[in-house]
Amino acid sequence: MNALIVVPTATWYLLLSAVLFTIGTVGVLVRRNPLVMFMCIELMLNAVNLTFVTLGRRLNDIDGQAIVFFVLVVAAAEVVVGLGIIVAIMRRRSGITVDDLAELKG
Amino acid sequence: MELFVFVCATVMIIVGALGVVLRKHPVHAALSLVLTLFGIAVMFVAQHAEFLAAVQVIVYAGAIVVLFLFVIMLLGVDQVENLKTEPLAGQRWIAGVVGASLLGLLAAAIYTGADSVVSRGEGIASNVVGDNPDANIQQLASSIFSDYVMAFEVTSILLVVAVVGTVLLARRRTAGKS
Repeated sequence: MNALIVVPTATWYLLLSAVLFTIGTVGVLVRRNPLVMFMCIELMLNAVNLTFVTLGRRLNDIDGQAIVFFVLVVAAAEVVVGLGIIVAIMRRRSGITVDDLAELKG
Repeated sequence: MELFVFVCATVMIIVGALGVVLRKHPVHAALSLVLTLFGIAVMFVAQHAEFLAAVQVIVYAGAIVVLFLFVIMLLGVDQVENLKTEPLAGQRWIAGVVGASLLGLLAAAIYTGADSVVSRGEGIASNVVGDNPDANIQQLASSIFSDYVMAFEVTSILLVVAVVGTVLLARRRTAGKS
C-alpha cells in the first residue's frame, strides 16, 4: 500500500521531457520527409514546454507558465511559415525529400 | 492518483512520440503527434496549469495538426516513405549515438542540478485548493499583461509578419508580372 502513494516529483517530469526531446532530436536526424521533420520539431518544443511548466511549479513561480504561452505563439508562427515554404517548394517538385534540396551545396 | 495520471500520460507521450518517428505514413505520424500533444495537456493539468492545457489542445491539436494534415492532403505527399534505405551510410547509427549521449547529458544535468533550484517566486494560485475557480487564468493574465506586456505586443507583430509572409509565399505568380 505504501508504494501506491508515491507522488511523482519534478525530477520525473524533467526526465520525461528529456526523453521526449531526445526522441524528437533523433527523429529530425533520421527522417527524410520535411513534414515529419517538422512534427519532430514540435515534439522538441513540447518537451521544452513541459520543462517550463514543471520548473515553474517547482520554483513556485507563474513565469514558467507565462513563457510557455509565448512559446506556443512562436511555434504557431513557425509552423505557418515553414509549411508555406514547404508548399512553395513542393508545388514545383512533388514527392521530394530533404536530400533532394541540395542546390546550395558548394 | 497523481502517480496513475503520470504513468498513463507518460505512456501516451512516449508511444505518440515513437509513432511520429517510426510510422512510415505521414498521416499516421500526424495522428501520433495528436496523441503526444494530448498527453502533454494531461501533464499540464496535473501540474495545475489548466489554461495552458486548454490552449495546448486548441492550438496544437486543433490548429497545427490540422494544418499539417491539410498540407499532407494538399500536396499528395502521403505516399509511404521507404524507411529501409539509408541514403547516408551509417547515419542511423550515428543518430542513435547522438541521441543516447544527449539523453545522458540531460539526465546528468537534471540529477546534478535538482538540488540547486530554490523556490523564490511569489507562489502559484491553484484552482484546486482555492475558492476562486479562475485563479490560474487570472494570475497568468496579470503576469502577461503587466510584467510581459511588451513581449506580448512584439508577439502580435510576429503574428502579422508570419501571416503576410505566408500569403506572399503561397501566392501563385501570374504570367506577365514578376
